Amino acid sequence: MNLNMVQAINQALAQALAADERVVLLGEDIGPDGGVFRATEGLSERFGTDRVMDTPLAESGLVGAAIGMAALGLKPVAEIQFLGFIYPAFNQIVSHAARLRNRTRGRFGAPIVIRTPYGAGVGALEHHSESTEALFCQIPGLTVVVPSSPVEAKGLLLASIRSEDPVLFLEPTRLYRAGKEEVPEAAYEIPLRRARIVRPGADLTILAWGAMIPISLQAAEEAAAAGHSAEVIDLRTLSPMDEEAVLASVRKTGRALIVHEAPRAFGAGAEIAALLAESALLHLKAPVLRVTAPDITVPLAKSEAAYYVDAGRIGAGITRLMEF
Amino acid sequence: MLTDAFDAARGERVGILDPDGRVLRPDLLPALTPDDLRRVLALMILTREADRKALLLQRQGRLGTFASSLGHEACQVGSAFGLRAEDWAFPYFRDMGLYLTVGYPLATYYHYWMGNEAGFRTPDGLNLFPFAIPVASQIPQAVGAALAAKHLGKPLAVLTTFGDGATSEGDFHEGLNFAGVHRAPVVFVCYNNQWAISTPISRQTASASIAQKAAAYGFPGLAVDGNDVLAMIAAVREALDRARSGGGPTLIEAFTYRMSHHTTSDDASRYRSREEVETWERRDPLARFRAYLAAQGYWDQDFEGRLGAETGARIEAAVAEAEKTPPASLEDLFVFTYKEIPARLAAQLAERKMQLGGAR
Repeated sequence: MNLNMVQAINQALAQALAADERVVLLGEDIGPDGGVFRATEGLSERFGTDRVMDTPLAESGLVGAAIGMAALGLKPVAEIQFLGFIYPAFNQIVSHAARLRNRTRGRFGAPIVIRTPYGAGVGALEHHSESTEALFCQIPGLTVVVPSSPVEAKGLLLASIRSEDPVLFLEPTRLYRAGKEEVPEAAYEIPLRRARIVRPGADLTILAWGAMIPISLQAAEEAAAAGHSAEVIDLRTLSPMDEEAVLASVRKTGRALIVHEAPRAFGAGAEIAALLAESALLHLKAPVLRVTAPDITVPLAKSEAAYYVDAGRIGAGITRLMEF
Repeated sequence: MLTDAFDAARGERVGILDPDGRVLRPDLLPALTPDDLRRVLALMILTREADRKALLLQRQGRLGTFASSLGHEACQVGSAFGLRAEDWAFPYFRDMGLYLTVGYPLATYYHYWMGNEAGFRTPDGLNLFPFAIPVASQIPQAVGAALAAKHLGKPLAVLTTFGDGATSEGDFHEGLNFAGVHRAPVVFVCYNNQWAISTPISRQTASASIAQKAAAYGFPGLAVDGNDVLAMIAAVREALDRARSGGGPTLIEAFTYRMSHHTTSDDASRYRSREEVETWERRDPLARFRAYLAAQGYWDQDFEGRLGAETGARIEAAVAEAEKTPPASLEDLFVFTYKEIPARLAAQLAERKMQLGGAR
């Protein structure tokens, strides 16, 4: 069936709820309202308000509750309306969910999924467009997953729900309704911690995730016309990262362009650049390059273009790498 | 119902024994056998002596920073005494009595404070979360566990404990609100020991009591003399029964006092008076309960002597066991981060092994 990303996520949640009694959804407005992006539309009618639970407006409370629910054997999937609103729950994620397995020597884990839209590109309000994935990537015990298409979103979400570790599932707002693709009807999982080659190439590697994948592909197509063959790698799981896939591609192509929509300093791109410096230096034909947002607060809608990474900036990066 | 009979907003507090152990309210005495009563005393003595031992070990450099429970024996043992095996507990960091009452091994408890990861191992079969060091964050977790129990149709109750400082945190309000809205089978017990490090209760809240805050969340609150173990047992038991039978949450304020410093790194004499401490010394929960037991004919010097010897031997054995346990292996430090070790961590583990192996 042709689905956009929101519909694919909705289908994944429905199938998870149908397949496993232990799966429960909780969040603000996710019941009859179907969530602010309608990702849970129709689910409370079908599965009941005990399994698709509207909670009080309290991010820390609901993530904390999800941790406690998991202790008794449930598989909670919590929705935070926007990544920009997750910070009240940061303590629950960092201090508890991520380290519960360690703090009990494996007796308890926190197999919860926290779904949340993130990222710029839709002209949203303040606090609705941030891309702060790096804050979560440095937390041992947490898995950070970012899908880049409807097919990816469904498979990665089902794998995240089955994961026995806490997963932060970041849904790129810009891709929610950006396009449809054929999504297999049956439930399927895409393994976590594994990157994928979206587009094979020989001359350089573009390393990206989420909403940066479609525009990286666009830039790669444009570069092909100029005779540059770009390989596009979708990291999919940012942490723990598939370092082998990153290294294999860059060792092959000799050039690396990291694309992310988050601010540059201390971002995930810095981690990848360091990895390449440590483990692929002698394969590099050019310095590792980052194309990112500047280190500023995401501007309001009318100035968003000044902030956002686009195919043109990626293309310029490709040229710089190839002409080094 | 105690919650109907004692109005926390009017300053009423459940108490059964007076400070000399005389029974003020025979009608409220919880149903306990003589063996139960002796077990309660044994647990309170164990809590106190194990705590004193920890303080001693800390001064000898054999144990790290420690949060003493001296003075909390009645509220801690009293809260945990009503728990059944299927119930769950989400305690905070100052709750040795709860741990010992539910059967947590003392050696494991010492491990934690000695800085040995072995103290992280929650024994199988104990429905006990590791105590939370961040303040109040265990409260929403207890609510979630209670909701899960309700969802799964399990007639169990969840107990969570915290200090008075926790009632200023967002998680306290978020958790209680959540519990009220969803009628979670959870019992919140606040050990109001009057001080959150150096902040007195008067600077913590403008409420006349902590218990009365429950009214704002739509469920009963009850203030209890936290140095009266019988009052604590009666109050928490009633609340746990209410939770198990679908009656929803209860907030209990155990009015007590932190006799020691906040932790061994703190010096309480900087912010509180000797007179205040002495006032509370006269309300000692152990002396009071002993006096009661003696008056009932359940206690004498012989019994105390036997108990003291047993307790001392048990503590010495726990210390010996804790001290002889080697620190966690390198693998142990790595493998519990994720269910399956990621390649990145496996490589880092191998690297650390080589480095440490080379150093030897």
